[in-house]
Amino acid sequence: MTHVVDDPVLTVEHLNMRFGGLLAVDDLSFDVGRRDITALIGPNGAGKTTVFNCITGFYKPTEGRITARHEGGKTFLLERMDDFKIPKIAKVARTFQNIRLFGGMTVLENLMVGQHNTLMVASNYTFGGIFGLSGYKKAEKEAVELAKYWMDQAGLTQRADDAAGDLPYGEQRKLEIARAMCTKPKLLCLDEPAAGLNPRESEELNKLLLFIRKERDTGVLLIEHDMNVVMGISDHIIVLDYGKKIADGTPEEIRNDPSVIAAYLGVADEEVEEVEHEIEEGASS
Amino acid sequence: MTDSTNSDSRPGRHLDFGKVAKDLIVTALIATAIFGSTIAFRTVSAAGGLRLEVRYDLAFYVIAVVVIGRLLLWLFIWSKPPGTSAVEMPVSIKSGLAKVTAKVGKGFGPTMLMFALVFPFLPFTDRYLLDLSILILTYVMLGWGLNIVVGLAGLLDLGYVAFYAIGAYSYALLAQYFGFSFWMCLPLAGILAAFWGIILGFPVLRLRGDYLAIVTLAFGEIIRIVLLNWYQFTGGPDGLSGIPRPSFFGLPFSRGEGGFSDFFGFDYSSMHRIIFMYFLILALALLTNFVTNRLRRLPIGRAWEALREDEIACRSLGLNTTSVKLTAFAIGGMFAGFAGSFFATRQGFISPESFTFIESALILAIVVLGGMGSQVGVVIASIAMIGGFEVFREAEQFRMLIFGLAMVVIMIWRPRGLISTRIPSIFLKEKKAVSADMVAQGEGH
Ligand SMILES: Nc1ncnc2c1ncn2[C@@H]1O[C@H](COP(=O)(O)OP(=O)(O)O)[C@@H](O)[C@H]1O
Ligand SMILES: [Mg+2]
Repeated sequence: MTHVVDDPVLTVEHLNMRFGGLLAVDDLSFDVGRRDITALIGPNGAGKTTVFNCITGFYKPTEGRITARHEGGKTFLLERMDDFKIPKIAKVARTFQNIRLFGGMTVLENLMVGQHNTLMVASNYTFGGIFGLSGYKKAEKEAVELAKYWMDQAGLTQRADDAAGDLPYGEQRKLEIARAMCTKPKLLCLDEPAAGLNPRESEELNKLLLFIRKERDTGVLLIEHDMNVVMGISDHIIVLDYGKKIADGTPEEIRNDPSVIAAYLGVADEEVEEVEHEIEEGASS
Repeated sequence: MTDSTNSDSRPGRHLDFGKVAKDLIVTALIATAIFGSTIAFRTVSAAGGLRLEVRYDLAFYVIAVVVIGRLLLWLFIWSKPPGTSAVEMPVSIKSGLAKVTAKVGKGFGPTMLMFALVFPFLPFTDRYLLDLSILILTYVMLGWGLNIVVGLAGLLDLGYVAFYAIGAYSYALLAQYFGFSFWMCLPLAGILAAFWGIILGFPVLRLRGDYLAIVTLAFGEIIRIVLLNWYQFTGGPDGLSGIPRPSFFGLPFSRGEGGFSDFFGFDYSSMHRIIFMYFLILALALLTNFVTNRLRRLPIGRAWEALREDEIACRSLGLNTTSVKLTAFAIGGMFAGFAGSFFATRQGFISPESFTFIESALILAIVVLGGMGSQVGVVIASIAMIGGFEVFREAEQFRMLIFGLAMVVIMIWRPRGLISTRIPSIFLKEKKAVSADMVAQGEGH
């Protein structure tokens, strides 16, 4: 069962990732639509973060092909690219399950580092910038404008000159997303962005994600535990369990999928054990 | 040492006399162990060999001072609950004080600069003070250079002196073999040192933490040992002498016809050359500072700081951390190369002995003491350390002891260095300093 996506920005085919004896991702294939919010869900340890690490080059997959497609038809084979080239050239950006900000730098500085590659070219790889050439000044101004734009969207304008490490948790999450957006990605991968947020922060996050999908040509691939978030905003859901895809479809389809219900939705671990126990008893009697 | 015995009792408001007594006894024992051996006995040379002189009284006084000091700490500082400082300061005074320090901080750099510019012409400035200032400025420059690698990029480099040595030997050898002048060699020495910075950069790219520190340490030693053993080329332990002095735009600082003093119609004075040297190193140091400050506001400088904060996040944003690290090593190395060729031309003689690990440690201590990443901190630390060494020149044997003790005290008092706040490289509305506990330290600390 594979959800059909007309215009995928990312295609994952037969992805396998092995850690010693553990097959963390097992023959996984899926598509991510260009202007969709796609959710990757599954219990803890299902292999979601590992999939992200394969897509963004932090792990080299044991097997499989990961293709990013830009609008013009340009394709990039991500499994063959260096990790830092994936955001730079293939335009796939990510955030981390454990927030990774530049804590000692201000919010604005974080967003400027996100635009490093553009600014580097504008400063003629430092040589122009060090002599104060005007081309760099202009580029820097534009970079600040883009940073301001994302600070506005993320509600961080008031905190522009505060250290990122000083922000409350919810704002740090949003800053990490804003920073990733400053790389002007075609695909944004978010690893549990709502983890640890209170309901109000979580609501703001949803708005930000919907804004990103609506206003920017950016696909969003999202790992999420909170079913309200997932069902509320995603167009397409992929369910993983023990590294295998067990379901793939629209929120409606996923909600009614019996294997998902059994493996994940609404069934606590103890209940699953109970059910398994009953089945075993039924079989033996 | 005694921390573990009393850390639990420290927060209490009331003194627990049993605990305090126990602590004081432990203190006395430790003090006896340390000072009993170092102060109470002394060897003096006497007819027919060494004689042991005992000074129990002096040792006793020292131990008594330690014990009484600790008792005073117990009575007046540790008897307060945590959070309250020993002397309560009203909020208004506190904020006023912060404002004053901020103002002083702002004016400090320019004031220092003005002072440095007029210093050679002040009435009390003599040859000795000028020589000392040249030495201090050399360390300021080295500190600023190392600050790029350690303070900004967060890569702990224990072999920084290698680049200093490369700069010095580059000038000496180029002058000896090709007869190049100082002004020609200065950029070449910088380029060569930068090149070796990249050479060092490659093997340590993948290293983190302690491993990075150890490899850089080894690099420093390798360079020194090569210089020591390549006798035909570098002169080995004999060093290189007769290194040409720099000229003032072609005018040598020599007596008589065609010299600097002759040209300008001054009476010849050996001070002219020293003053020139002073301004030369001042200019080089200011260049280092200017370039570093400039780089900090460019994407490359922000990338260095981002690397110190989080390397993985850097890669997720498309920063090529390999080139970020290599540029940090190269540019840091380059400034040490400049400083090295200055050192060579000032001394007129160099040997591997000037480039031992202790030099690296001293420069690193200056950076750490000043507060990593702080330019002003490096100046203060250099003056304190190099000046301090001079002050205690008499007490030759105890110099290192005092130095170590001062380091320990300062690190307890200000664990992140004298100036530990970080000034943002760009701001929207208001430039707010970032407090030290937010700033990461990078690899190897
Ligand atoms: N670098 C690694 N080395 C070994 N095992 C790993 C590594 N990364 C992840 N794993 C294992 O892969 C499995 C999937 O982990 P992960 O992708 O983090 O799960 P999820 O994000 O879905 O909670 C886990 O069993 C985890 O222990
Ligand atoms: Mg995970």
